[in-house]
Amino acid sequence: MAELTYREAIARGIAQEMRRDESVLFLGEDVGAAGGVFKGTVGLFEEFGPVRVRDTPISEQAILGAAMGAAMTGLRPIAEIMFADFFAVCWDIVANEIAKSRYMTNGQMSFPLVIRSGNGGGLRFGAQHSQSVENWAMMIPGLKVVVPSSPRDVIGLMAAAVRDDDPVVFLESKALYPTKGEVPEGEIVDALGTATVLRQGSDATIATLGLMVPRALAAAEELAAGGIDCTVIDVRSLIPLDTQTILRETSATGRLFTVEENPRVLGWGAEVASIVAEEAFFDLDGPVVRITTPHIPLPAADTLEDMALPSVERIVTTIHKAMNS
Amino acid sequence: MTTTEASPVHDVDFKLELYRSQVALRRFETRAYDLFLENYVKGTSHLSIGQEAIAAGVAAAMRPDDWTFATYRGHAHTLARGVAMTPVFAELMGRANGLMAGKGGSMHLTSVEHGVMGSYAIIGAHLPIACGAAWSAQYRGTDQVAVVFFGDGTVNIGAFHEALNFAAIWKLPVVFICENNLYMEYTRTSEVTAVARPAADRAAAYGLEPILVDGNDADAVYEVARTAIERARAGEGPSLIEAETYRHGGHSRADPGKYRPDEEVALWKSAERDPVSRYRARLLELGVEEAALDRIEAEVDAEVDAATEAAKSGAAPGEDLLMKDVWANGGAEWRN
Ligand SMILES: Cc1ncc(C[n+]2csc(CCOP(=O)(O)OP(=O)(O)O)c2C)c(N)n1
Ligand SMILES: [Mg+2]
Repeated sequence: MAELTYREAIARGIAQEMRRDESVLFLGEDVGAAGGVFKGTVGLFEEFGPVRVRDTPISEQAILGAAMGAAMTGLRPIAEIMFADFFAVCWDIVANEIAKSRYMTNGQMSFPLVIRSGNGGGLRFGAQHSQSVENWAMMIPGLKVVVPSSPRDVIGLMAAAVRDDDPVVFLESKALYPTKGEVPEGEIVDALGTATVLRQGSDATIATLGLMVPRALAAAEELAAGGIDCTVIDVRSLIPLDTQTILRETSATGRLFTVEENPRVLGWGAEVASIVAEEAFFDLDGPVVRITTPHIPLPAADTLEDMALPSVERIVTTIHKAMNS
Repeated sequence: MTTTEASPVHDVDFKLELYRSQVALRRFETRAYDLFLENYVKGTSHLSIGQEAIAAGVAAAMRPDDWTFATYRGHAHTLARGVAMTPVFAELMGRANGLMAGKGGSMHLTSVEHGVMGSYAIIGAHLPIACGAAWSAQYRGTDQVAVVFFGDGTVNIGAFHEALNFAAIWKLPVVFICENNLYMEYTRTSEVTAVARPAADRAAAYGLEPILVDGNDADAVYEVARTAIERARAGEGPSLIEAETYRHGGHSRADPGKYRPDEEVALWKSAERDPVSRYRARLLELGVEEAALDRIEAEVDAEVDAATEAAKSGAAPGEDLLMKDVWANGGAEWRN
């Protein structure tokens, strides 16, 4: 075991796969010699050289088009979109081209590629560099979507994403980059479509993701002190979605709370809530409650951003109130 | 620029094949139009009638393992790479014996085994994708070349510029071919474009030579394509070719194309401009027997008739296809 930051885990995860497989290439803006704007890819350029780790112009469509064309001809590219908000300038390549082409061609092509991107808020960057866009990617048929919350999961899910034969949108919570976690030595390979139960409780179940995971865990500790014992599920993978774990753990406690960083309307928790309503309704002891960022663009000021994103305090009070009404 | 071998374009047998290819594209498209009017082809279709010399001439310059990236106006480019008529007609008709079993339709013709790496219906999107395939060939050292076709209207979308710069800086083996048919959908491209030559006038911005070619002369198209493809294969980087041409019909479906002056349409349809008539006259001038050309035309007609019937006799796609092939495992499951 070694302690690693979430940021260091990214380079380690990519390096693990690039060492194993020559068909894995990595491209993006400032990712090579500079080591990435968040310093998440330090060392890759030195180890793998400028042919396999390529700096690109500021051309998001070209970056993802290159990844798509490379993937359809047998390579396994990893492309970086610096900030997830920038998906808006290359969404055609993601949503129309990469996602649809396998189906449209009756399975003639596969797109084994990974698009990794810095997602979400907490860094006071303002509305155009802070949005949590996992729900954008989730609603497009043909894309897989993962959001790791710990250094270990960064490595394991990166390996799973690279080895998967389908396109995977890999969203890194920017605010987690400096956070640390224990990581075992050696190769780590996880599985897409698997949620993990991080805490087992008997009174209520919290399903959450990415930056919200540590907040949900902290809230669960506070709630436990006040007599409400929560299960915490790290959903990790939105597509494929591990509904079995969510349904099982919801039925076990009779209550479900989602804690989501994405803006409220059609956030991922809406899909989870509807699945639970359809399939576990009679196991519920109360309504499903969603704790989300409000339906607003994110403000820049620290005080305002802190009000917008679900905080430990908001999670605690919301669950407390719901459980006592 | 290096041309390593004498061009086969002076060879009569080669020319006869180029003629056959153009006739096949013309007659296929003419039948496709009829089938649209008869409601066998539903949805939409975009024909290349009048533009056949580009598809035929470029395909003749490609190696079987080179890649074509086409647009929604892609029937001709697909057929020119050797894809049979029946699955293309059947795809237009939404039948299970279609090239993609009816799941793609007229605008998305794809045949990976023939190097047809897709037809794309979002303007400009496939230019960066073709760069990616070229990057892959470069990395793997396969000396394959990606050839990407697009219209004159496409030079004003961002993806065009991103792709050209990208291909230039990485010296990618990709050939960009602008089929300048003077119009977008219903607007003349010159009315909304800052330069007179939509592609050629942009070449300098990416450190490329401006290359203009008469897109209605299959021999001329073949020659510029051959040079550009050889250049790309030799590691000398991308080329941007502007081929001037004209679509005889409307933009899509049954569009009568009334936004174009009658004299202009008549000029481009005339025997002097129409690529198929021109090529026929050239062959006659070279001393080819008219009977040989008649025979090619009759053979193509028979092929079109047989393919039409074979396509029509295809079944409707079954429900089994609906939930198939979203993912590489063949399925569509998104949850457990
Ligand atoms: C991004 C995008 N915008 C608009 C359209 C609608 N559209 C389809 S074809 C076309 C005209 C394209 O003109 P050109 O590039 O000259 O190609 P041509 O059809 O003449 O071959 C337009 C505007 C589209 N498909 N994609
Ligand atoms: Mg045009």
